[in-house]
Amino acid sequence: MTELLFQMVAPLIIALAAVWGMAKRVDVYGALVQGAGEGLGVLIRIVPAMVGLMTAVYMLRASGALEAVGGLLGPLLTRLGIPPETVGLLLVRPVSGNAALGVGSELIATYGPDSTVGRTAAVMLGSTETTFYTIAVYFGAAGVRKTRYAVPAALCADVAAFLAAAWAVRVVFG
Amino acid sequence: MEKHLREGGTYPVPVPHRVGGKGVEKMAMSLIWTGMVVISVVYGLLAGNGTAVAAAAVEGAAGAVELCITMAGVMCLWMGVMEVMKRCGLAEKLSRLLRPLLGRLYPDFRRDGETMDAISANVSANLLGLGNAATPLGIQAARRMAKKTPGVASDSLCMLVVCNTASIQLLPTTVAAVRQSAGCATPFDILPAVWLASAVSVGVGILAARVMARLWRVRR
Repeated sequence: MTELLFQMVAPLIIALAAVWGMAKRVDVYGALVQGAGEGLGVLIRIVPAMVGLMTAVYMLRASGALEAVGGLLGPLLTRLGIPPETVGLLLVRPVSGNAALGVGSELIATYGPDSTVGRTAAVMLGSTETTFYTIAVYFGAAGVRKTRYAVPAALCADVAAFLAAAWAVRVVFG
Repeated sequence: MEKHLREGGTYPVPVPHRVGGKGVEKMAMSLIWTGMVVISVVYGLLAGNGTAVAAAAVEGAAGAVELCITMAGVMCLWMGVMEVMKRCGLAEKLSRLLRPLLGRLYPDFRRDGETMDAISANVSANLLGLGNAATPLGIQAARRMAKKTPGVASDSLCMLVVCNTASIQLLPTTVAAVRQSAGCATPFDILPAVWLASAVSVGVGILAARVMARLWRVRR
């Protein structure tokens, strides 16, 4: 039952939003089309960044360097329950969201969206943010130079997310 | 839309100081990108994978456009659905629900209505994945907090930043679009795992901030 519910999440949310919008006398269809149009704009803006980053990610993968790093850190990651294939994602995630999306989608495409590696990569992407970018934007805007413990605390949350992602995939998908 | 997709984008709130987000990010990205490409070429040559690197160098660009195109439909659809929810007033409703809970997290600003409004609106936008709305609201709160302690991050400001570096998005639509474009029939079946991981991450972040606040006192 719960499994069916999670499979039906997408249509349920869409239907719910539509009915609620009608009840609130919102121009449902107009809003949907406007939002979708904005989505297209966002996509067009990320294409150039993705072209650059996917080129670098594909090259790095083909060179064997990623595998080498995975091999080096592999024993440690395996011990922590993290699939060593995700090493590139771990390294790039806090620094660049677009690069992480590039690495993650490459992992998902290579290993398959329903493989353990693919699922772990997806959960890692979904449960973390671009930490350093966010810190730079917030403290930059607030004019703060002494950031005290913000960076180490935020990195604690990132490490926790990576560990928890691997663990959650094991728990949920067995 | 997730925050990470707007890197280097423009914000409605001007950034007044040199300690800037965009400049730092741009320089860091140039370094990272150059590093990735150079390591690939050098390591590829040394490991005898030169031909593979050469092939990959032109495959990546095509792959990127392909990914964006296969993702486009689902992503636009979710942006549309989120717009409908936004116009229903979902964000405001959620924000009001969260307000008492958040007061505990920011005891110094519990009585500062405007700051608490900005914080709860920021959290509710983050939960709904409305990154474009979340960042300006968060920055507004950050600036009000920084007024009290100019130049130095107070405990509340650290908490705000840590909470924003952890992802609490309820529906990771971009990831779902990537999975769907890779041929996944049930892209949202990772939801329970994502919620678990997000909850652990935010919990650890808040705990770490609380503990470090005791160890890392401001010297006067």
